[in-house]
Amino acid sequence: MQKIEQLIKEKARDLLAAGQVTSVIAWQKGEMFYDNAPGYFDNTEELDALVYNAFCAANLSKYLIANTKKDEKTAVFLKPCDTYSLNQLIKDRRVQREQVLVIGIPCAGMVDINKVKAQGLKGIIGITEDGDNLTVETAYGTKQVARAEVLLNKCLACKGSAYAVSDETIGEPMAVKHAPYDRFAVVKELESLSPQERFAFWQEELSKCIRCNACRDICPACSCEQCLFDNPESPLAGKANNNSAEEQLFHIIRAYHVAGRCTDCGECSRVCPQGIRLDLLNRKFIKDINEFYGDYQAGADADTNAPLLSFDVDDVEPGAATKGRE
Amino acid sequence: MQKIGVFVCWCGSNIAATVDVARVAESVKSIPGVAFAADYRYMCSEGGQELMQKAIKDYGLSRVVVCSCSPRMHEATFRKAAQAAGLNPYLVEIANIREHCSWVHKDKEVATAKAIALAKAAIAKVKLNTPLVSGESAVVKRALVIGGGIAGLQTALDIAEAGYKVDIVEKTPSIGGKMSQLDKTFPTLDCSACILTPKMVEAATHENITIYTYSEIEKVSGYVGQFEAVIRKKARSVSVDRCSGCGICSEKCPSKKAKSEFDQGLRNRSAIYIPFAQAIPNVPVIDRENCLKFQTGKCGICAKVCPAGAIEYEQEDELVTQKYGAIVLATGFEPIDMAKFGEFNYEYCPDVITSLEFERLTNAAGPTQGHLVRLSDGKKPKSIVFVSCVGSRDTTERGKTYCSKICCMYNAKHAMLVKEKYPDIDVQVFYIDVRTPGKSFDEFYRRAVEEYGVQYTKGMVGKITEEGDHLLVHASDVASGAQLSVPADMVVLATAIKPAADARKLATMLTASIDTNDFFTEAHPKLRPVESPTAGIFLSGVCQGPKDIPETVAQAGAAAVKVLGLLSKDKLLTNPCVATCNEQTCSGCLACEKVCPYGAISAEYKLVNVKGLKERRLIAQVNEALCQGCGACTVACPSGAMDLKGFSNKQIMAEVDAIC
Repeated sequence: MQKIEQLIKEKARDLLAAGQVTSVIAWQKGEMFYDNAPGYFDNTEELDALVYNAFCAANLSKYLIANTKKDEKTAVFLKPCDTYSLNQLIKDRRVQREQVLVIGIPCAGMVDINKVKAQGLKGIIGITEDGDNLTVETAYGTKQVARAEVLLNKCLACKGSAYAVSDETIGEPMAVKHAPYDRFAVVKELESLSPQERFAFWQEELSKCIRCNACRDICPACSCEQCLFDNPESPLAGKANNNSAEEQLFHIIRAYHVAGRCTDCGECSRVCPQGIRLDLLNRKFIKDINEFYGDYQAGADADTNAPLLSFDVDDVEPGAATKGRE
Repeated sequence: MQKIGVFVCWCGSNIAATVDVARVAESVKSIPGVAFAADYRYMCSEGGQELMQKAIKDYGLSRVVVCSCSPRMHEATFRKAAQAAGLNPYLVEIANIREHCSWVHKDKEVATAKAIALAKAAIAKVKLNTPLVSGESAVVKRALVIGGGIAGLQTALDIAEAGYKVDIVEKTPSIGGKMSQLDKTFPTLDCSACILTPKMVEAATHENITIYTYSEIEKVSGYVGQFEAVIRKKARSVSVDRCSGCGICSEKCPSKKAKSEFDQGLRNRSAIYIPFAQAIPNVPVIDRENCLKFQTGKCGICAKVCPAGAIEYEQEDELVTQKYGAIVLATGFEPIDMAKFGEFNYEYCPDVITSLEFERLTNAAGPTQGHLVRLSDGKKPKSIVFVSCVGSRDTTERGKTYCSKICCMYNAKHAMLVKEKYPDIDVQVFYIDVRTPGKSFDEFYRRAVEEYGVQYTKGMVGKITEEGDHLLVHASDVASGAQLSVPADMVVLATAIKPAADARKLATMLTASIDTNDFFTEAHPKLRPVESPTAGIFLSGVCQGPKDIPETVAQAGAAAVKVLGLLSKDKLLTNPCVATCNEQTCSGCLACEKVCPYGAISAEYKLVNVKGLKERRLIAQVNEALCQGCGACTVACPSGAMDLKGFSNKQIMAEVDAIC
């Protein structure tokens, strides 16, 4: 992916130098080698900080909401999975398509530094990518780690190397290699529990929440001008802070609000400092939608109506209404 | 601070026997804002209304809560009473402490506590009520009747006679419905066709009636007074204008393998066909699935022989869009499928037939010209067994729990018709009960038994087997306790009836409610039997529940009267509880527009003030004249920008908070 980084920098430099775009959204070096952050670049001098490697998990599509309100053109570098989120935002009219230059970039799967550490490695100084392996440089020498073993959880549910939307692409498509993975496996386990057990599971899981709002702020589907929970006029405002039961409601309501728009990008779980499996709530909805209305991938296109926002006389009626019917 | 008056109704003993009404009134007095609280025997009575109006004036009440029956009963009464006392009618809230409380509880303590909670919720909500004013909408002076059987025809004729335009949409090639398939009708034994066809002709020739046969409803939008329906006129492949109905095309058509729907599959018909002799219109249709021209490209005989040049293979379905003020559902019924009833051997024994098949067999225009013969060998049967309640009053999953209502009477009719024509045939009827509650009905049944000697045996048939060239009916005789094996040459099954298959689809299209059996639900089972809970949708005939012809005709007339009451108005007051969009919080995702069933939401780019800066944003806008206040948009809106007047998010949350 080092080669790709070079190509991205060159592309960004060309676009900015030629004045084709006012700004570029990509990733910039963090304090540590593994905490790269989303970055705005509006002149060529800043581009030295631009980075693209195994630690650029952040989904950049959401930053275009603010940018396309301005009367200017923005270039954005998106991994294949990120393009689904952008497409959904275009569908929801949150991003003006004509103001964005979408450049698709290949991805071999992003790495979870905690999984690397969990392999018993201490004093990690840097990581270089080497085909299917990572070379981890530590204070105690270098070690090889299989990339497939340390991928971020969200990359295990990789949507593939195709771009849902792009104007241009850079580099050859890459494959994310990992062991077979069923993204609904845990959802199925939860479904098999009794309501009491399931409630206990979620009570335990959601009680960890510190309401930092990171999940909401990172979520490309959470794109409201003003979140219901931040609106003092809303009858919900403040409620979610009142007690732990209503705090749990925050996550349930959020899951409902993004149902049908969630592309399963996995950012909510990735950024949760408490390690709450928020993806399970979203995946439960995705699984239900798939079962009731046929397989549906939010953001796969920018035109068709989502199953929860369309109505057909042949729609299934989940639940009691269909019991015992011929 | 609001001054709220709370009025707790006893409803005689309906509420007061289960709810301590005095305690409810007493306990809400301490709630901030409540300026007056009292209980009264009948709040809906004149005395009750006067009590409310006096309190509004004496205490300067600004809001009213009535703890009483369902708002469906008396909301309008109390709103009018408050309005007469100078309050905006939408400042009145009802706490339903009857249907939601006293009628479902037995324990007075529990019910009283719940009634207090419901009162508190209504008080919390009413504090946030705002004065609302109704608008007006026009009424399109035209009705749509879906279904061209006796129910639909009668409703259409009554509406047309009163001077309004009516369109009948019938999915089969002819109007007439199930009644046109019947031989004779009970309790007078007059010929079904003889009394039906004059009505068919009258409808077809009426200047106010337009009939769309071989047509289906594609889509319905709009609301009471302003419906818009798209009718799909399926391609007949024959020009209605040019065809003279001579029938030579059907005669010469080489494809004669299709089963006649009209004759219940008892004979074949050609691919180009007129379903029956008195069909209206008397114009054939080409059943393209069975037509050689359409299937293989070769043939074209009908076009060659047609003297009028009426055959139009290239015809395509046509979509007609029309506006209506009212819609009547008259979609009728069909017999249930016998596949789940293996014990009767219906599928394997040709001499086990359904009652509707029997109607065709005894009909002079039927496949046997009215000669009653066995389908297996064409011989006249010597004995016939009729079986009642096949799939009716059946609590197992395969049948219907309800009584199909018409079977007892047509069994007696069939038995009598057989005995009248062929006195030598033995006729036996197996039944659970004989139900004959109708004018001259019991007398009719007794004639079958007493004059014609039909043997009625109380007991259910458990199995029918074939024994050589006859059938054996295995049944129990409840009177003697004996197990019987009765030999019979023919068995007729009185199969349960169920709503037509497309009732469910139409219900969804029209947001008209249906029950667990797919019968359309009436607005009130006793007091509003021909109205659907959806305004402007009316019910006629069996689509609402099993009925015989006299009842169907009576109900069809009643539905017409309700339609006329609506069409005679020039304007309707609209519901002021409509959606409204908060431009500050609207994100422009337009989820609301997608879910709106009335097309009431559009979007526009607007400059919005955001923290002092102008921002150009896409904003949803509600057309209040089109909005029907269903609230779908408020639920779909993720940012809570869509709100419903009279049922705002804040009001609902206040109610919930007051209860929890």
